[in-house]
Amino acid sequence: MAETKAPVERPLSPHLMIYRWPLPMAMSIAHRITGAGLYFGTLLVAWWLIAAAAGPNPYANFASFMSSFFGRLILFGYTWALLHHMLGGIRHLIWDTGHGFSASEREWLSLATLIGSISLTFVLWVLGYLVMGGSH
Amino acid sequence: MVAGKMSTPLARVRGLGAAKAGTEHFWLQRLTAVANVPLTIAFVLIVVSLLGRNHAAAAQILGSPLVAITMLLFILSVTSHMRIGMQVIIEDYVHDEPARLILLMANTFFTLAVALASAYGILKLSFGVFGV
Repeated sequence: MAETKAPVERPLSPHLMIYRWPLPMAMSIAHRITGAGLYFGTLLVAWWLIAAAAGPNPYANFASFMSSFFGRLILFGYTWALLHHMLGGIRHLIWDTGHGFSASEREWLSLATLIGSISLTFVLWVLGYLVMGGSH
Repeated sequence: MVAGKMSTPLARVRGLGAAKAGTEHFWLQRLTAVANVPLTIAFVLIVVSLLGRNHAAAAQILGSPLVAITMLLFILSVTSHMRIGMQVIIEDYVHDEPARLILLMANTFFTLAVALASAYGILKLSFGVFGV
């Protein structure tokens, strides 16, 4: 068997970018991206707690940053990422039990994650502004 | 070779493969995920209840035992969870060996720094409330 054959031109499996993006795939990647965002978002939580422990002036600095436009933008994104990652995580826990894997269930769960996180974010922000008592 | 061709699947699982470990991270990620759900809801409610309050009120609420313990549990669970999550991301995308090792170390350092800084803040507030 010394003779060598020319390599057969086999079809390659299509790469990730070839496919249309189904919702469960988009939500899977969103889960990872929100997770990475929340990872660095913990710096804000640490800053908040340290500022509260350090005294009125550091706390006022933190509060003024968070109430600036840029601060609120970050906080809004953080709120959505937190809720989206939480709902996506609950979906993964459902999948861990072996349920929810049919095509329609996958679509439904992914859509619920997205709609749920967006709605909850708006509900929380409305609640937040109500708690603030319209002072801003 | 403890688990060779002749061994049963169970024996092979007990041998734990070449890494001699396997399911700790998988399990810890699920455990902390379950814990994160109620703790995150509590964290969000604590933040909302503190909106617009001055430092003295915020410090008193954050330092009260129930809130402080909830926040400590939140920090512990979240930082454990995110350390494993970021490790998976690094292992998926960083194939250069030195870079991967450095990032994996940095991941642990960052996570522990955030955890301990946050815990320090909570404990200082908490012990301070009853200290005066």
